[in-house]
Amino acid sequence: MVGGFGLNTVSGLAGQVAEGGGFNPFLPAWIILFPFIGFVVNAAIAFLAPNQRRRVSLVGPGVLGLALALAVINFVLLLGAGESEPVVRSYWTWIEVGHLRIDAALQLDQLSIFMALVVTAVSFVIHVYSVGYMQKDPGYARYFAYLNLFVFFMLVLVLAANFPLVFVGWEGVGLCSYLLIGFWYSDPKKSAAGLKAFVVNRIGDFGFLMGMFAIFAYVGSLDFIAVFEIAPRALQYGGAAVTMITLFLFLGCVGKSAQIPLFVWLPDAMEGPTPVSALIHAATMVTAGVYLIARAGVLFALAPLTMNVVAITGAATAFIAATIAVQQVDIKRVIAYSTISQLGYMFLAVGLGAFTAGIFHLATHAVFKALLFLASGAVIHALHDALHNAREDASEAASQDMRNMGGLRTYLPTTYRTAWVAALALAGVFPLAGFFSKDEILWAAAAHGQTVLWVIGVVTAVLTAGYITRWIVMVFHGESRVSSKARKHLQPAARVMGIPLIVLGVGSLLAGWMNVSGALPLLPEFTWLHDFLHPSFAGAESVLAAHVGEPSHAAPLGGGEGTWAVISTVLAAVAIVAVFRILSERKYARAKDAVAPTGVMGFLYHKWYVDEVYDALIIRPFQALARFCWRVIDRALIDGVMVNGTAAVTRVMGRIGSFVIQTGYVGSYVLVFLLGVLIVLGAVAF
Amino acid sequence: MPLLQESLALSAILFVVGTVGVLIRRNAIVMFMCIELMLNAVNLTLVALSRQVGIEGQIFVLFVMTVAAAEAAVGLAIIISIFRHYESVDVQHFRLLRW
Amino acid sequence: MTLISDLYHSHWIVTFLVFFPGLAGLLCLFIPARRVKRVAFYAALIEFLVSAPLFWTFTIGDTSFQNFVSIPWVPDWGIAYSVGVDGISLLLILLTTFLLPISVLVSWEQINEKEPAYYAMLLLLGTGMLGVFVALDLFLFYVFWEVTLIPMYFLIGVWGHNRRIYAAVKFFLYTAFGSLLMLVALLVLFWLHLDQFGVPSFAYADLLRVSVPVALRYWLFLGFALAFAIKVPLFPFHTWLPDAHVEAPTAGSVLLAAVLLKMGVYGFLRFAIPLFPEVALDQRVILVMLVLCLLGIIYTAWVAAVQPNIKKLIAYTSVAHLGFIVLGIFAMTGASVTGGIIQMVNHGLSTGTLFILAGLLYQRRHTYEISDYGGLAKVVPLFCAALVVTALASIGLPGLNGFVGEFLILLGAFQKYPWMTLLSATGVIFAAYYLLPMIRRVVWNALDKPENEKLIDLTRLELAVVVPLLLLMVLMGVYPKPFLDRIAPSAEALAEQIYSARQLRHDPVEGRLVLRDAPSGRERR
Repeated sequence: MVGGFGLNTVSGLAGQVAEGGGFNPFLPAWIILFPFIGFVVNAAIAFLAPNQRRRVSLVGPGVLGLALALAVINFVLLLGAGESEPVVRSYWTWIEVGHLRIDAALQLDQLSIFMALVVTAVSFVIHVYSVGYMQKDPGYARYFAYLNLFVFFMLVLVLAANFPLVFVGWEGVGLCSYLLIGFWYSDPKKSAAGLKAFVVNRIGDFGFLMGMFAIFAYVGSLDFIAVFEIAPRALQYGGAAVTMITLFLFLGCVGKSAQIPLFVWLPDAMEGPTPVSALIHAATMVTAGVYLIARAGVLFALAPLTMNVVAITGAATAFIAATIAVQQVDIKRVIAYSTISQLGYMFLAVGLGAFTAGIFHLATHAVFKALLFLASGAVIHALHDALHNAREDASEAASQDMRNMGGLRTYLPTTYRTAWVAALALAGVFPLAGFFSKDEILWAAAAHGQTVLWVIGVVTAVLTAGYITRWIVMVFHGESRVSSKARKHLQPAARVMGIPLIVLGVGSLLAGWMNVSGALPLLPEFTWLHDFLHPSFAGAESVLAAHVGEPSHAAPLGGGEGTWAVISTVLAAVAIVAVFRILSERKYARAKDAVAPTGVMGFLYHKWYVDEVYDALIIRPFQALARFCWRVIDRALIDGVMVNGTAAVTRVMGRIGSFVIQTGYVGSYVLVFLLGVLIVLGAVAF
Repeated sequence: MPLLQESLALSAILFVVGTVGVLIRRNAIVMFMCIELMLNAVNLTLVALSRQVGIEGQIFVLFVMTVAAAEAAVGLAIIISIFRHYESVDVQHFRLLRW
Repeated sequence: MTLISDLYHSHWIVTFLVFFPGLAGLLCLFIPARRVKRVAFYAALIEFLVSAPLFWTFTIGDTSFQNFVSIPWVPDWGIAYSVGVDGISLLLILLTTFLLPISVLVSWEQINEKEPAYYAMLLLLGTGMLGVFVALDLFLFYVFWEVTLIPMYFLIGVWGHNRRIYAAVKFFLYTAFGSLLMLVALLVLFWLHLDQFGVPSFAYADLLRVSVPVALRYWLFLGFALAFAIKVPLFPFHTWLPDAHVEAPTAGSVLLAAVLLKMGVYGFLRFAIPLFPEVALDQRVILVMLVLCLLGIIYTAWVAAVQPNIKKLIAYTSVAHLGFIVLGIFAMTGASVTGGIIQMVNHGLSTGTLFILAGLLYQRRHTYEISDYGGLAKVVPLFCAALVVTALASIGLPGLNGFVGEFLILLGAFQKYPWMTLLSATGVIFAAYYLLPMIRRVVWNALDKPENEKLIDLTRLELAVVVPLLLLMVLMGVYPKPFLDRIAPSAEALAEQIYSARQLRHDPVEGRLVLRDAPSGRERR
């Protein structure tokens, strides 16, 4: 009757079941809750007993293992259920005003379970790796607390059943990203990088928020199922409303997934610990934008203009980031720009309406890019320790600069081999993971007649093969530029770090086989992922089918998918071999002796001067404006002239009065008083 | 009405004496006494006229005396505290009434 | 049980809540200084414990005034002691009573002189604030409104920092100026009522029925609106706030930000808008108000971003947040008004906590300059965790309380004023841009000031202050439904009442300026 915190409103963790199909999820809430429990425990340890490393090592990865197990169980259940409808589990009503009702609810369908599987699997591996990587760090417990919290929010993001709840995860992962980038907060550069990530992301969040408001205004709900069911009827195809909604949502994606023009935060995010870069800034969080577009596929499919914007942004980002990656010297930044570039591919895919291809690349990329980061982490870790033990400059700049590396393959054999696997997967070499997913994207561009985007995609693929080979060569091949003294201290990675590398290496080898296009020559057709995700994208695909029509089966320059898959692989292979040949011979100067390149290469080395341009055009004018507002408008104009001015005028009037009349002598007052009385009396009398 | 004119004249004289005293003397105590004098002049008027007008005049005198007593208490207290501060009760020396 | 239940449905509970702190404050004056804070704390705690059950005894969905009573006070002038609680005021009352014991605890170590007077003022302030929120007679409202002014003036002026006199006088004159205009408008309204209905009355329900001549209506609205706009404060009437905040003792800042500013918003909601719905729905007026809110949000966010002083920064963020709240109020949709009301509570919690934390820093280092800190995470982790969480709540991170209000305000406002909302929502970006750099320079970075190396972390007493606030922030972020349930019906009823009032109440003859020309009440009777 009175309502409130009673049990009648919170229906307990069992949730209210909205039955659909034969899929009966198994403890779905616990997928999310396990990482949260881990966060609570680790945070408590961080505050109360920061030296309990053993417990942290157990709890941190342990909860992820449990979550992974649950994700696998649910995945298997879902596989067994066939093409089932989404299941929504509602736990409590979060916000309810009038006809706005937002539940804390999970939507369990093919897309969300698949994403949850990817997230928990990669997270688990990286958590295990972190046990080795962060072992000596004084903030060990705090690190795992943040990392667990991140996974919690990431799972909220992918499992949420409505836009606002996605936004909870969306902002939450942003927060964890902020905390983890600035994990070693004593360094002002790192805390600045965290701040930059948060603020730039906030611009995207603004878009996400506006998108939600617009959805509610036009559709009247924020629940996925309701919105996607009503939208095709309520919103006109290509109309202003749906275009505005999707453009706003896309702004959110641009921020989170580091696309042009908001990609500047991601390279700086490399200031965080390397496993964090692997988990957050490669495998999971940054792909949230792709997930959101795939999830809201129906809305995007209704807005052809937005789709074009998405595809063009994706292609442009892919290309520009790849060119920047060509000239970077920081081992992590090369891969960071590579990540931006690969995210561009995913946006290209979803912008073309090839949602499955986007998610496919998201999954394979998560595996091989995480591996690349973990491999660079192993390199940095080893080099840092070696330099430290040799009493040389072990600063971050020194131990991450590829010009100080080279020839490490003999010292770090496992890392070396797995790095090659990841590099080839990234380059799209058959039969590794990247080949299949990238081929699908490129083919989607070709089949939709987007010749320009397709050409950009192919060129970028060649660039990709080039820069990643340069990366391998500079780190592992050629003559070692590590001093002989430090070389003696080089140790291969510990087992706890090595095994995750191998696991991810195997993943990079095999992940592509979950979906093999029928058009590829000599290979059996195997469209498992397409079939599996089909129910999630059926709505969007039916909209596209109704308005866009079927994609063609020939590329704009002639030839089918199979032909071009072979051609692009050959191109990539040629690029790899050529770059390898050329660069293996080259002698690099060590970082402190190196001269920055000039000309076109200098332009790329300086990252197209984007940071400098933003600084000059946005940040500085903004700060000047803010100072102006404060000093001139607020202090001088409003407070000085208007407020204190009024007071000053009053005071001056008072001064004048007091000099003339107010002498301070009691006698004079009485005299004036007396005169006044006499005047009044006189006036009364006469 | 015997003595009415005389009474009124006396009270007028007393009042003027008091007023002039307040105006020209600098010693706070003396000024204070002059104020009392003015009050008593008014009292005298009230009592004198109460014969004609009615008992209210005399009642009013009681009020005035009460107020005068209260005023004496507060006023003297102020003067004493001023004296403690400045060691003087010369009103020329403190011009606190001026902003 | 029924006795207690009856009590909580009668006006006695409200009357007790309003007058108990003031009486306790009076008592404080006669207690030896060393024991007075204990007494003040128990009084405040009793106040809160007594008020808490109101949350549950409040009847959800009933949009009329609950715990209502009207006892004649000055019958000749139609002045009555009328009080009541509805969904709009309920949470503000509870917020006030919740913050009273906290502000006593906050003062525990900080106030060491003239303690009896200090706690008397603090508790008297409680009476004033609660009175404002429950008064349903405009005269009574005005009395309580002014009652809040005096204790605050002394709190700033006596127990403040260096420029306390300037700040106190500025605060007093600025707000008194506004409230005098309100008094004039109030009296005009009273005379109009007397004219139209033949009976004197200051009762809220009676004055709602007055039909105000068109030309006068705008002036009267202006009188009320100016008083409230200064109190909120809306841009450009905000410059008293940073000064008052910087100079006030911590408890003063907390109550000022958390409750006193809300009185302005509450005034808009309860009086200015319902009394003059035609004006409040006039598109030009709305435009002006929304532009002021927008400027408040954007402009003060910018100004906040370059503040070198922690307290001043928080004060400017307050203005930005209040801009959001008033935006929600004037957008006048069910969701936006609900959001505005819950955001008042949220802002009270998060900004109040920010001020408390800033005060704790000051207690340790005697400076509010941001540049005097840095790297505190290493020495005072608990404090830093609290500061970061509170700042995030203030920024509006979902999962914490600030988001719920901000989301509802913008969602509701977008339905009617999409462009205005679009521009205002950029404040979301700036929110991160003004608070996080401060966090960075205080919490993160290198611990390079030797004075900071010996800072002590939160003590048990301080934890007792901060932890309940943090818990409430999380609770209201994760499960705000019980709070929204109590607000939403009243907010929606209000929005409906405003719209219908404009249609039903016919306009008297247009353009008559003189009071006497209003239709005569006697004839009508």
